[in-house]
Amino acid sequence: MAEPLLSVERVSRRFGGLLALDAASLSAPAGRITALIGPNGAGKTTLFAVISGFLKPSAGRIRYGGEDVTGEPAHRLARRGIARTFQIVQPFGGISVRDNILVGAYLRHAARADAVGVAETVGREVGLGDLLDRPAHTLTVAGRKRLELARALATAPQLLLLDEVLAGLNPAEIRDIVPVIRALCARGIAVIMIEHVMQAVMSLSEHVFVLAEGRIIAEGSPAQVVADAGVVEAYLGRGAAARIGSTHAH
Amino acid sequence: MKGPLLIAAVVAAFAAVPLFVHSNVVFNFLVVTLLIALAGQGWNIIGGYGGQYSFGHAAFFGTGAYVTAILQMRYGVNAWIGFVGGIAAGAAVGAIIGGLAFRAGLRSSYFALVTLAFAEVLRILASVAPITGAGVGILIKLDLRPQSFQFQSRAVFYLVILALVAASLAIAQTLERSRFGAWLIAVRENEDAAMALGVDATAVKLGAMVISAAVTAAAGCFYAQYFLFVDAGIAYGPWISIEALLTPIIGGAGTVFGPLVGALAVKALGEGAKLWTGDVPGLDLMIYGALLVIVVAFAPAGLVGTLANVRERAARRLRAPRKGRAEAARG
Amino acid sequence: MLSPLILGIAVLNGLLTGAVYALVALGLTLIYGVLHIINFAHGALLSAALFAAFFAHQKLGLDPYAAALLLAPAFFAVGYALQRFIIGPAARGDERNMLLVTLGLAVLIENALLYAFRADTRTVDLPYSFKTLDLGFVFLAVPRLISFAAVFAVALALWAIMALTDTGKAIRAVAREKLGAELAGIDVAHVYAMTFGLGTACVAIAACLLVPTYYVNPGAGNAFVLIAFTVVVLGGMGSVPGALIGGLIIGVVESLGGFLLGESLGQVSIFLIFIVVLLLRPRGLFGASA
Repeated sequence: MAEPLLSVERVSRRFGGLLALDAASLSAPAGRITALIGPNGAGKTTLFAVISGFLKPSAGRIRYGGEDVTGEPAHRLARRGIARTFQIVQPFGGISVRDNILVGAYLRHAARADAVGVAETVGREVGLGDLLDRPAHTLTVAGRKRLELARALATAPQLLLLDEVLAGLNPAEIRDIVPVIRALCARGIAVIMIEHVMQAVMSLSEHVFVLAEGRIIAEGSPAQVVADAGVVEAYLGRGAAARIGSTHAH
Repeated sequence: MKGPLLIAAVVAAFAAVPLFVHSNVVFNFLVVTLLIALAGQGWNIIGGYGGQYSFGHAAFFGTGAYVTAILQMRYGVNAWIGFVGGIAAGAAVGAIIGGLAFRAGLRSSYFALVTLAFAEVLRILASVAPITGAGVGILIKLDLRPQSFQFQSRAVFYLVILALVAASLAIAQTLERSRFGAWLIAVRENEDAAMALGVDATAVKLGAMVISAAVTAAAGCFYAQYFLFVDAGIAYGPWISIEALLTPIIGGAGTVFGPLVGALAVKALGEGAKLWTGDVPGLDLMIYGALLVIVVAFAPAGLVGTLANVRERAARRLRAPRKGRAEAARG
Repeated sequence: MLSPLILGIAVLNGLLTGAVYALVALGLTLIYGVLHIINFAHGALLSAALFAAFFAHQKLGLDPYAAALLLAPAFFAVGYALQRFIIGPAARGDERNMLLVTLGLAVLIENALLYAFRADTRTVDLPYSFKTLDLGFVFLAVPRLISFAAVFAVALALWAIMALTDTGKAIRAVAREKLGAELAGIDVAHVYAMTFGLGTACVAIAACLLVPTYYVNPGAGNAFVLIAFTVVVLGGMGSVPGALIGGLIIGVVESLGGFLLGESLGQVSIFLIFIVVLLLRPRGLFGASA
């Protein structure tokens, strides 16, 4: 099997006395959606921060596109094609939606005219076509999520890290944004999504990794993982699996 | 009116002033105002567009002033070359301070503190070092010939500083429309998000700092040529750090015309206060301090910025009087 | 001439000066620790307090140490009002705005003093201004010894307020976790204002301690407060022991530096320490890491 686009190998991250990530490993193939789930405080966003270059790992390696990119800073990884959204949305509030996306587009297009064209195209793709002139701070939460996505997409990434992009959206908004995410894979982009919205995890992702207390405790297809006793216990507490009577013990 | 055309129109209007005005008092006021506008436009690049609030821009102003004076008086260099030398020296100081501060990851309050400290260090050193004339300062020899960058007529000085201001307006305008400018503004709005989009924040901030320092240094060089005297308090004193910061904030940080509008407003207010209550020291700066607080409290986008916001909101209301529910839901 | 005795005296004098730096820094670090802002108006407030102490002596015949009992609460009220009604509302929580607002206040206050009282330097002459204590090997100025003791008394009083009173607990809660404190019903705007008031009161007491031996003019506070910034950064933003120890260290550095290099270069050495600490270890000796 060809090497996956991203390979996180036994990455650990320590903050003083706290071991936030403990030899976590995962991989993401191109053109597929991979989910990263786990209870709150498991370290999922920390793992994203390490993969996207905002934090250096204390141990372990990260291989991307066949190269070792461990420890490279965020902006360098973005140029390599790793893009991320933030759990708490971070729009460039004072400027327009178009200008927000433009910053991303400028990564691959130095000329303003080209970059604006790309920004408007991407803006329309995620459904913000009518709002391009609005100041970003006037958008609703759903709009800001779309903007996060648009900005990241404008950098023409090969790997997209989505950190709880569905959080705070109502069912109708989720229903509207899911096809946009699915369309990304058709373009060959590898997507890793941190998600708590289980319906999305089940329907969108092909492979799931479960992180709990900094460790990967399970991986597999959505159906496999959800039935795994260890996973159930990570979410619901010790003994829960037995009480619920799951079929696979680990 | 499109950017470059607007700049040309404004500059032309200013350039026409000598046709109607002959009073030296008025020219003096205008020269000082434009000088402060130039220094402020320098601050605007790193502070307004870049969002990094420097409290020590005197470091660049003073370096420009001193280097120009030293090159002429101690090394016999031609005044125009000295001018360029002063700008280059200012830019170099900007590179050093920016390089140290940004590589150390200093942001916000800490950045303000370190720039303040650098300006103070330079001021103290200049007040004791022989090359800067220590406590006495440097006098540039009076030589009212164009080749010495000195002019018989105030009107010519006025046109020279106007040309420099025009150049700074063009620099700001070009920055706004460029990729570098978009990256700089992104760093101001949210540095982490900018980095996630491939922006090398440290390099961008450093580049902006160098440009900013060069522009403010140019103001310092011109100051030296106009007043023919530089000392530590004038060159590196808090007065210029404050005025370089005040005029863009009041006029509109991060806008092309903000520093110019701010300088006109601030200086006019200062003169008005002096006329009204007599030339008592401290009154004008008192008003500036109060003005800063008031502007931050009630019009943080400054004069130009607030005007732009009002126009934008009115335009939006005219464009979309009724929003469909679907559109409202989408965002 | 550089005998250990001479150096020892320089160190002792540095410690005495450093104590007052520490007190000024204490107010600054308290404000930073809770409001997370650097109060650029601190110096101007010190100047105002110096003038207040001067006039208390001149018009009311009050001895500066007695004046402290009057001025500390008065300046507490001033600080409270400044934060509650001007800084807080104007800045609306934005850090960059707070920088500008405190800077604006600094310029306003200092130049109001200049406008009202001109730039002439005044001094207060007291019967004990030049009294010294003879320790055998050195004469130490009595007022500065009193300052040294007073600073530790104030630090102790502050500690007591923080640890033992409800207000102090509320302040510590807000410093640690503002949102949680708010949710628990603490009036954050009030706490911020109380903290600012305490910081300003420290400055007022410092001014009263300085007046017997220092000079009074609108720029005096600023000269002092850049050094106070250095102390706070060296000791660690928000750390009270840091402010005390940092103050003593800087006092000694200034004394030795001034002695060995001359006054101007002595001052420069302080700022260089400032810059080096900011660049290499911004959290200082005892501060929390960013």
